[in-house]
Order: sequence, then structure tokens, then C-alpha cells
Amino acid sequence: MITKKIGRIEFTLLSPKEIREMSATKVITADTYDDDGFPINMGLMDTHLGVIEPGLRCKTCGLRAGKDGCPGHFGHIDLAMPVVHVGFVKYIRNCLRATCRECGRILLSDERLEFYKKEIERFEKEGRSIAPLVKDIVKECENVSKCPRCKRENGKIDLDKPTTFRENGKKLTPSEIREWLEKIPDEDLKFLNINPKVARPEWMVLTVLPVPPVTVRPSVTLESGERSEDDLTHKLVDVIRINQRLQENRDAGAPQLIVEDLWELLQYHVTTYLDNQTSGIPPARHRSGRPLKTLAQRLKGKEGRFRSNLSGKRVNFSARTVISPDPNLSINEVGVPIEVARELTVPVRVTPYNIEWLREMIKRGPNPKPPEGVKYIPGVNYIIRDPKTLKQRRIKITEKNAADVAERLEVGMIVERQLMDGDIVLFNRQPSLHRMSMMAHKVRVLPYKTFRLNLSVCPPYNADFDGDEMNLHVVQSEEARAEAEILMKVQEHILSPRFGGPIIGGIHDHISGCFLLTYKDKKFPIQEATHILSAINYRGKLPNIIEENGKKYILGKDIFSVLLPKDLSIEYKAKSCFNCEVCTAPNCPHDAYVIIEKGVLKKGVIDEKGIGAFKGLILDKIIREHGVDYGREFIDKVTKLGITAINICGFTVGIDDEDIPPEARRQIEEGLEKAKKKINSLIKAYNKGELEALPGRSLEETLEMEIMRVTGRARDMAGEIASRYLGLDNSAVIMAKSGARGSMLNLSQMSGCVGQQAVRGERINRGYRGRTLPHFKKGDLGAEAKGFVSSSYKKGLTPTEYFFHSMGGREGLVDTAVRTSRSGYMQRRLINALEDIKIEEDCTVRDPEGNVIQFVYGEDGVDPAKSIAGKPIYIDKIIEKVESS
Amino acid sequence: MGKKIDVLKHELVPEHIILSDKDAKEVLKKYNVSIDQLPRIFDTDPVVRAIGAKPGQIIKIIRRSPTAKKSIAYRVVIESAKSILNENLGEE
Ligand SMILES: [Mg+2]
Ligand SMILES: [Zn+2]
Ligand SMILES: [Zn+2]
Ligand SMILES: [Zn+2]
Repeated sequence: MITKKIGRIEFTLLSPKEIREMSATKVITADTYDDDGFPINMGLMDTHLGVIEPGLRCKTCGLRAGKDGCPGHFGHIDLAMPVVHVGFVKYIRNCLRATCRECGRILLSDERLEFYKKEIERFEKEGRSIAPLVKDIVKECENVSKCPRCKRENGKIDLDKPTTFRENGKKLTPSEIREWLEKIPDEDLKFLNINPKVARPEWMVLTVLPVPPVTVRPSVTLESGERSEDDLTHKLVDVIRINQRLQENRDAGAPQLIVEDLWELLQYHVTTYLDNQTSGIPPARHRSGRPLKTLAQRLKGKEGRFRSNLSGKRVNFSARTVISPDPNLSINEVGVPIEVARELTVPVRVTPYNIEWLREMIKRGPNPKPPEGVKYIPGVNYIIRDPKTLKQRRIKITEKNAADVAERLEVGMIVERQLMDGDIVLFNRQPSLHRMSMMAHKVRVLPYKTFRLNLSVCPPYNADFDGDEMNLHVVQSEEARAEAEILMKVQEHILSPRFGGPIIGGIHDHISGCFLLTYKDKKFPIQEATHILSAINYRGKLPNIIEENGKKYILGKDIFSVLLPKDLSIEYKAKSCFNCEVCTAPNCPHDAYVIIEKGVLKKGVIDEKGIGAFKGLILDKIIREHGVDYGREFIDKVTKLGITAINICGFTVGIDDEDIPPEARRQIEEGLEKAKKKINSLIKAYNKGELEALPGRSLEETLEMEIMRVTGRARDMAGEIASRYLGLDNSAVIMAKSGARGSMLNLSQMSGCVGQQAVRGERINRGYRGRTLPHFKKGDLGAEAKGFVSSSYKKGLTPTEYFFHSMGGREGLVDTAVRTSRSGYMQRRLINALEDIKIEEDCTVRDPEGNVIQFVYGEDGVDPAKSIAGKPIYIDKIIEKVESS
Repeated sequence: MGKKIDVLKHELVPEHIILSDKDAKEVLKKYNVSIDQLPRIFDTDPVVRAIGAKPGQIIKIIRRSPTAKKSIAYRVVIESAKSILNENLGEE
């Protein structure tokens, strides 16, 4: 790559002379069009400023409107009185503060100037900005009142935001400011970081205003025939009107007061014309009340020119629609609606080898009728006859010309073919927070109107199906296709660089299904077993058949083993491990110790830690040892296996699943009663002053902490009792234990007790004076009054409990909303800082100029996506392997 | 302010070594960089003062790293300036 080094960028000011010289016409009338709809001479739409209606000719350059026509030309408005340019008030302030009003020189002695001159030279030599030096100079000048040269007593300069300057409280008019700035000699300007060769400070006070070409502010004709002008034009109209009135009044010798008022009004209009979000003044509004979009608003922020038109652009060959799930697709695939496939195209170069194929396709036209039994065949939308010149040679294929064009097809042309199965496309969901947010998929053209994706790719995109939409881009060149396929295909991203483990794997029902399939010695009648195996298209030998009471069964564990590679051996503790004090490993009563030997699942249940996204150890090992192709196939099949198994076993959750027997209910109530008594006794002790403060805590804090501990324990107790009656015959328990979804805490809240609600980590203590709600006595510190919910979700909450629960819930929502916006901004800044840093071939990390950022990438040179949980190698496993061989 | 502290003895301060001219040249050659492409360190930095490095010299820093055990970096000493602290605060 050739990198060009930018020597420097120079920002300069337009001088009044330059503005007049580049002006095509003076603008004096605020009107735009006459009654016949023609632009008025010397008006804001004067044809000297360019043309927007087709057919009209520009009076300056003689060209018509359009792409290669008149580019538009500037005009100018002569201001009756000068006004301050809001964009430069800061520099004007510096100039006024640092110089003498009488002689215009910097308020420093020759020695100090000499010192600063040397400093500036040194900074420039080192290539550093001199802005901080200027700051020092201005600060030093502010403390000098008597000019060392002409001895004038200079006052303190204040800036009344946005554009009013005062000397010792006395207002300076823009004319006075301009006169002052004119006095500053060129030699002194470099101390203020102004280059006199290109800018004079008095140019920051406007005497003439450039009028942008009409092409910059085109007027639009509405359907009703009404003309609607651009916001800039509206603002310029205001400026011209006030300017005219000011001139008339001044020329007629109107009272000073009226002239000053108009002058200030002119200042306001010019200021809002430049920036309509200037703080300190009300924004100018449209008749409808909408604030006008003036010059600064066109550039600034997310919707501004830079972020939305220059760094980011709309692109062709892309589509967006709602997503929905399809477990029958591979993780590498994406389902594309026929309508979308007909619109998106892939360019194909005609060669002697594909010419007949392409001819056939062109003959079908842009909307071919598929043959019987087929849902979709691709057609052709365009062909490019002469790829070298590209111009105008793009021919749209229609039903009518299809046969004709197909006949005249020649080698070397380019055919823009519609999307078909197997095409490589990029698929993306915003916010694109990591590289897995945009991956390459293979197209499957399908009926209906949504993009479809395998459920296992939801985690990397962070997608769900509650209305999420995703974007799809068709890559247009052979190189791009190759890169996308090699680097971006979903299977290349199963192992995440975030933590060196799989981010794509089984989720939800895949995990519940595998859990049901492999738990303990669960067996399936042979018909069911073969049905499950048929779902994964299994063609090998049937697993071991066991006979019981004359019926044939196959073990769930054996069905699962069919998917495992023959050389896979692994041992680990499953998600459902109870962390028993003494682990009985192979004889675990919960079947939570997994042993796989040579591709056979001997012991243990398959759950989240086996095949889940983020945690799946089997997945991880298979991908490392057998590569991503095998890994992709494994995920495709294991998910299908899980779904089929869960379908056969049946899996439902209902409200009465969370019912617990009356005696359990009673036990829980007793426990809660005890907790409340304990809290009351704590409060009593506190009131009597008998409570002992914990080290480093006040008495109140101690009481709160103790109560929080009691309420926490009460909830745990309730959950513990409830879970005794909730066994693996309960679907919700299976989900929680296998790690498919939900937790035991969720369950204990449903059937035991919801527990203490908190805001800001404390019991609820806001609301009315001295109490949370009017239902309680002032100063009540008891459990109920401070947001303890002793009901369960199943039983239902009391009105006060419900209210406290909403408070706690709301805090969570607000937190997430605040977090996302803040982390989004942080992300943006990080990316802007790091986007063009890369790893060079010698492992160093450098910026585009070759400056070294790191001498070895990440200090250890390890690619985290290829690491094993962050480490370069897993030494234990290697030793194990060597020993066993 | 009591006793002077030797920063070099602090456990969080990694080992800093001033490279000889010969070694410096080798480092520049090894990484194919000019001296101004190296990361910089001020001559007013406490460690630089402590080991007495002068502007233009290259310092080798040997850090302990939890992933790489030992990681080596090089920094070139540059002259600091009076207003350098204001520089980042800048105008805007
Ligand atoms: Mg959603
Ligand atoms: Zn023109
Ligand atoms: Zn003076
Ligand atoms: Zn166990």
C-alpha cells in the first residue's frame, strides 16, 4: 500500500475582498421568485448563483443544471453594519485580551515577547501545537493593564455569550472590535497563533456575508405546486430583511436606540445562520415550530455531513428485513426471501465455459417461472455490454428484450445474475460491537418475507426474534467473495477472540433436549431412537440395542455418542454438578460427571457445559482437534438431535408447575415469620441503643446491613424449601439445572418468596417524608414497610409489594438504558482511536506511519481466537496426550 | 517530605536499562524503525531521572507479564516541555 504523508493542513479565513471577488452577484432583495415563478434578479435565487430547475441556464457559466452542469456560484450580501462571527468569538476574545486598544500591540515587554518567540520556535521545531503557549501568553497579558508601549490603561475584557464583548463592563460594538483588531500589527499575530499571511483578525468580524450557491440550498416543489425553501434560504431572507431595515434607518438618521436594536437583530440572524444551536440565544424556528437546520447543523453530529454522508454511506446490493429462526438451516446459511433474491445481483463475467448457462438464464428474463416442484430459479436483471467503459452500456433485461439480448451475449460481457443458493453474502446486525456482528453466510433462497438463520448464530449477533431486523450485503468481486469465505464465514467464528472458547453452540431447547436425551440411563424404544437418528441423517450402524420385557430400546447416551468423533476422550464436571463436598466422580448420583472415551459417552449428562454457546467443552475440543468444518457439522447435528429429542420427550411449562405442597408453603411462611420477628427485634435493639455498630459503620448502617442479611437468608430459605419439592420432573428445573434458561433463583422466586427489593443497593427508603408509602407509619423500619416481598410470583404480590417490586424493576431498566448509551459512546471513541492500528509481519503493532505501539502483539503474540481460554497452549492436555500414546 | 524514595526499588516499577549506542542501533535495525517511531518517555519521568538517561537514548524495559512471563519494550527519551501538561487540555 502507498501511504501518503500529509505535510500540513492550512486553515484560513476568507477576507472581505475574497468574498466579493468570488461572488457572482450581490444579493439585495429578500424575495426569491416572481409571480411567474422565475428567479428574481439580485434575489436569493438569482440565476447567477446557479440553477436547479432542468432546462434553465446559469447566467454565470452558461451551463444547465445537473451532474456535469453548473456547479453553482457564490453571491454576497453587503452588511450595513459589521457583526461578529460566532465561530470565532474565542479567538476574538484572545486578541482583545492580549492586545492594547490604543496601539494594537501585545501587552508584553520586549523581553517577554522574545522569550515566547523562542518557545514558539522550539515548539514548531518539535512539531507540536503552540495552542498551549498562546494560552499562557493570553493569561499573562490579562494581568497587565497598562500598555508597556503607549501607556494606555486597558480594561478587563469580558465575553457575554454568545457574541457581546465588554471592556470594563462597557459594551463594545462590532465596529469598535473591528477597529481594534485592525490595529494589531502582523508581527504580533503569531503570538496569537494567527498566520498573518492567510488571515487577519478583523476578518473575524463580518462586513460582507457570502451567499452559498442555490445548489447548496435547493428549493423543492411540493405536490400541491407550492414551493418550499431550504432552511438556509429562510435564514438568508431574514438576514437580508433586517439588513435592509438597518440600512434604511441608519441612512434616515433614526434614533441611536432603534439602530442599535436592529443591529443586534442582524447579529442574531447572522449568528443563527451560522449555528442555530448557539448557547445563550433562542434557536430560530420554522413556522411550524421546528428549529431550523443551519450551517453548523448540516455538519455536526450523528446526522451531520461527516458521520452520515462521509464516514458512512448508503450502499447498493444490500437488503434489510425482519429475521426469524429456522433450525433446518446450517449455521453457515441464511434464508433469503425470493423477493429479495430477485432484486440483489451478482456480476458474472461471460466466458466460453459459462456462456450457454448464462444465455439460458437471460432468456428467462428478470422474473422466471420456476419449473414444477422448484420454488425458485435465478433470472438476470442487467447485463453490462462493455465492461471497460461501463458508461450507458448497462442494459436492463425485460420480458421483451430477454431473448434478443441472450442471442447477442458475447464473451467478456458481465451478466448481473440474481441471487441463488450457495452465493456468499455478508449478514449483519446492529449494533456491530465485535467482528462476529458481521459474518459471511451462504444463501438459501426461500419463500416468505423474512431472513432466516440458525438459532445457534443468535448469540454472536445478539439477535432474537421479537422484531429484530438484519442487513444483508452481496459481495461483488471474486476477491471479496474469497476473503469473505475464508475469513468471515460463520464457522470461522465459532471460537471467539473474546475468551478463546466457542461463542456459537447449543442454546435453550438444544440444551434441554440433550439433557433429556442423555440423563442417567434414559432409554428410548427403538422406533423413537431411529426417528431421532433419522433427524441427523445417520447412515451408520445402529447403536447397541438392549432388550427389556421383549421390547427393544436404545440408550440416549448411545444415540448421542453417534455424533462424537471416534478419537474423542474428555472428562469434566457438568453444569448440573452440585459441587458435592466429596465428589464421587464416576459414580455421581446426579450423573453430573461426564466421561467420554474414544467417542463414547460413558457417564454423565450432556448440558450447557458440553454443547452450550460460551461454555461447551465438547464443542471446544472437537473444533480444536477436528477443525471448523467438523465443528460446524457437529453443531448443526447436535442442535437437531436436541430438538428431536425434546419433541419426543415432550416439554412444557405451566403455572401450576410452580405449585408446592401446603406443608412446604407452611414451612416457608413460618420461616418468613421468624425472619420478620428477627428484624423487629433488631429494630427494637436499635431503638433502645443496644445494637452494636460494626467496625467502620454507623449504627443505622449496621442495622440496615443486619436486616438485609436476614431478608437475604429468608429468601434463600424459602428457595431451599421450595426446591426440595421441585425435582427433575419439572421442566423449569430441567432448564435451570441444564443451563438452558433461567436459574434456581428465578424458580425460588416463583414458588417460594420474591425477597427484598432494592434501589441503589439499599432497602427502599424513598417516597413520602419518613415513610415509603402512606400505608405505613412514619419511621417504620420493618420488613414490609421497606420493600420486602414475602409473597411468591405464583401466589401473587400485595399492592404495596407490587409497588416496591416495580421500583426495583424500574431501576434495572434505567440502568441498562444509561449503560448502553454510555458504553456506545466509549466504544465509538475507542474505535476512532484504534481503527487503523494493525499487526505487522514482524508481530509488532503499529500505526500507519510505522510508529510502534507494541513490540509484540499483546505482549505474548497470541491470537486470542486461537488461544485456549486465553493461553497459548494447554500444557496439561498435551502431556496427557503424550502419556496416553 | 521525609525520606527520598528510590523508585527503582518499587515492586511495580519494571527494570529499565539504558542501551549502549551499539545496542540501540541494533534495536532500530531489528524492528526496522527510525528513532522517532519508537514509543517515547519524558526525561522528567522519575525512572528516567533515576537511571540518568539523556534525551535521544533508548531505554529497554523488561516487564513481568502474566501471559508472556517477560515482555520487552523500548522507549526513546525525549525532552519534556514546560507547558506539556496543558497541551492535552488544549483549546476545545
Ligand atoms: Mg430483539
Ligand atoms: Zn453556473
Ligand atoms: Zn498600547
Ligand atoms: Zn458431582
